[in-house]
Amino acid sequence: MSDQHIATVFDRDLEGIQARIMKMGGLVEAAIMASARSLEERDEEMAEQVRAGDAAIDGLEDMINEEAARLIALRAPTAVDLRLVLTVMKIAGNLERIGDYAKNIAKRTGVLAQMRPVNSSTAALRRMAREVELMLKDALDAYIQRDVELAQDVIERDHEVDQMYNALFREFLTFMMEDPRNITACMHLHFIAKNIERMGDHVTGIAEQVVYLVTGERMEEARTKADDTSVSVLED
Amino acid sequence: MTDISQQGSGPAAPSRKHGDTLMQLTARTKRRNAAERRFQAYGIAAIGVGLLMLAILVVNIFGNGMGAFTQTFVSLDVELLESKLDKKGNRDIEDIKKVSTFGYAPLIKGAFEAKVAELGLETDLKSKAMADLLSKSAPAQLRDYVLADPDTIGKTVSFRFLANSRVDGYMKGRVSRESIENDKNISAAQLDFADQLIEAGVIEKTFNPAFIFGADASDQRPEAAGMGVSMLGSLFMMFVVLALALPIGVAASIYLEEFAAKNWLTDIIEVNISNLAAVPSIVFGILGLAVFINYMHLPMSAPLVGGLVLTLMTLPTIIISTRASLKSVPPSIRDAALGVGASKMQAVFHHVLPLAAPGILTGTIIGLAQALGETAPLLLIGMVGFIASNAPDSVASGLMDPNSAMPAQIYEWAKRADPAFYERAWGGIIILLVFLVTMNTLAVILRRRFERRW
Amino acid sequence: MYDTAKTESAVEQMELKIEARNVQVYYGDTHAIKDVNVDIEDKTVTAFIGPSGCGKSTFLRCLNRMNDTIDICRVEGDILLDGEDIYDPKVDPVQLRAKVGMVFQKPNPFPKSIYDNIAYGPRIHGLARTKAELDEIVEKSLRRGAIWDEVKDRLDAPGTGLSGGQQQRLCIARAIATEPEVLLMDEPCSALDPIATAQVEELIDELRQNYSVVIVTHSMQQAARVSQKTAFFHLGNLVEYGETGQIFTNPEDPRTESYITGRIG
Repeated sequence: MSDQHIATVFDRDLEGIQARIMKMGGLVEAAIMASARSLEERDEEMAEQVRAGDAAIDGLEDMINEEAARLIALRAPTAVDLRLVLTVMKIAGNLERIGDYAKNIAKRTGVLAQMRPVNSSTAALRRMAREVELMLKDALDAYIQRDVELAQDVIERDHEVDQMYNALFREFLTFMMEDPRNITACMHLHFIAKNIERMGDHVTGIAEQVVYLVTGERMEEARTKADDTSVSVLED
Repeated sequence: MTDISQQGSGPAAPSRKHGDTLMQLTARTKRRNAAERRFQAYGIAAIGVGLLMLAILVVNIFGNGMGAFTQTFVSLDVELLESKLDKKGNRDIEDIKKVSTFGYAPLIKGAFEAKVAELGLETDLKSKAMADLLSKSAPAQLRDYVLADPDTIGKTVSFRFLANSRVDGYMKGRVSRESIENDKNISAAQLDFADQLIEAGVIEKTFNPAFIFGADASDQRPEAAGMGVSMLGSLFMMFVVLALALPIGVAASIYLEEFAAKNWLTDIIEVNISNLAAVPSIVFGILGLAVFINYMHLPMSAPLVGGLVLTLMTLPTIIISTRASLKSVPPSIRDAALGVGASKMQAVFHHVLPLAAPGILTGTIIGLAQALGETAPLLLIGMVGFIASNAPDSVASGLMDPNSAMPAQIYEWAKRADPAFYERAWGGIIILLVFLVTMNTLAVILRRRFERRW
Repeated sequence: MYDTAKTESAVEQMELKIEARNVQVYYGDTHAIKDVNVDIEDKTVTAFIGPSGCGKSTFLRCLNRMNDTIDICRVEGDILLDGEDIYDPKVDPVQLRAKVGMVFQKPNPFPKSIYDNIAYGPRIHGLARTKAELDEIVEKSLRRGAIWDEVKDRLDAPGTGLSGGQQQRLCIARAIATEPEVLLMDEPCSALDPIATAQVEELIDELRQNYSVVIVTHSMQQAARVSQKTAFFHLGNLVEYGETGQIFTNPEDPRTESYITGRIG
């Protein structure tokens, strides 16, 4: 089967929309890292840039959705072409949410910068963010190369992110119990940790879409969530 | 077939139920099948009758006509005596011409006497009676030979003379000793002599190409009669028909089909063309007489006039078949030509006409074949009953000199009293049929070859 | 869709090739086309869509005066090609049809050789003075018609011996041999299988670089794939005319929407 459609304009349209996704992915990757660094370095200017950059990410999502609608209306894609268009729309949605979380982290950074630092946790947060960023990069690579194994690997790695979140959750509880003056800061840090964990989930969503694109099948097993904080009772 | 009209009506109406077996034929089906088989039988019977008639016709024609293609000849050695033919001995053409056919008769008698002596035949016949065995054209044949080549005077030359029609009939079984009882032209003694000559091989029956290619002869000499000149007459007429009817017919057809506006006037013209095709052919003869001969003073009995009359007759046929051919060209070809920027005229001449040409050709050939066999229109312009005895020597004379046509010639022969002409009439029919079959076969072949090229 | 976004704005900048104003067409007493106003742009593919009998083919045939061949057809209103009224009495329809070419629904190559099919138009319009020039025109047209590679070795073969899709591309090449400025296509793919259709559509996309193309189609999907502007006809009226992407994602007139979504005939 040839890779190219007889109607070259169809190929051009598909390439266009994929180029936008990659651009959006690049912006979101950068936003994740920038938000984590600004938190660690307590850099308010960088945080401000992250917040401002979210507008571009949202704009790209709108454009991608509009182009996808146009592609469906005008080209009536079927089979792999249809899955491609649906995948692109979903990935755009996932990326947009990740971008929103990054913006949220940047907002809280502004607040935290005015409080005294809580030791070591920001390093852990940075490591967590780094892990999510690498997952996103691999997920997007899996998309470009249509690599199902890589996508499944990304889905597995989300467990580690969830474990990291569990650990941080306990740590923050400990800090808060040790010294009540830490509570405000720890609450913010906790939300930041949660945001990063949600980012990981969305990256997993992207990877699942890649599997669907290539195989045409949705993943049957419910994604195992390793985050047990919502179901476990922590002893005092 | 389900009887829809009987749904829900009538207690005894037979209806097809679901679950009826296919293996059992219903009474209805059986009746229908029987009716269809009967119909097929009728068709075959009809074809059989037609074929039977055809067979009878063919057998009759060939049985009666084949004899005309052979003729009885007598081989004699004639001494061309200088004393009779060229008394002065100068070989002067003018002097030789002065000797009429009458003067050649003694040479023939002498030849017979010589033959009898050579073969040692015993007979009581006088040499004149012997010479009478030959056709009356024999002396003329000798004279023509000598005039063509005077140097042969003094030599002895072998000739093949036509036997007279009675001898010919004797050879072909038409004449017997009983039938000639009241016949002045031949006697039993002559027949006996003829038997002797036949035995000696002097008289023999051979294929006679002169029947096909030679000129017609007078009442007295059926043995010399041939179709040749009337064939030429037919040929010239066909030539005139082709030269006139084809262009006029095709041009008229193209105009009517492609260019004329579709209004009441063209409707009337169309109807009248179809009517013309149905007009009895003798009407065209009267028309020809009135217009071409009386008004335009063209020569009577001329193939030109015959051709003009036949043109009028053939024109409707050609117009109708041309229109059918033009109509059969799909309009998409015209649209394509117009779409590329051709004018209507260019579209017709460059595209429609070449595609319609095979059909036009076929129609023309069929029209010509019909015209070939027409006699009635030629009746009134004098081509029937004209004895076509002189071959035309040029195209102009071929058109303007009086002549006959093949079917007219056949009719003429059939009319004559001498029974020998009867056989020749049948022979002429065979020749005419050969022409017609050839032309029609050609039309069919052409049609098949050029069919469906788009 | 970066590319089509560019062509969207480019379409608006194209010159007007054909302007139709208040066009009415009568077949005898029947008012077949009612009050049509439309502008066809140059170097653009414009599609006419609509249900059967809505008049799109009739209107198309007005643009090259093919309706002249039908006696009972009467056209009123103005149709301007490059500013000149094509129904002006001074205009010879034959000359017009060299400028406005036409491709028909059923491929109809002449029953002549491939070479003669293409060469016929230029010959009768006197576009080539020598055989060499004619050869050049033939080759150029066959190349532009995306069929040169398939027939270059058999230019003497009959045009009717090609497959359906090839015949239609041959007819397109024949239409462009006379160097027209506008190409009218009346349902050019309806007699072709899907692969041949796709090849012809790709060809149309290439053609729009040089010609203004107007295509009548009963397939909405084809109009969506191939055109930049779409006009929707219904019962002889021009209901909506706009940019193709807009018409198929968010048409203005509810009748257009009904037709496109398959809610009416």
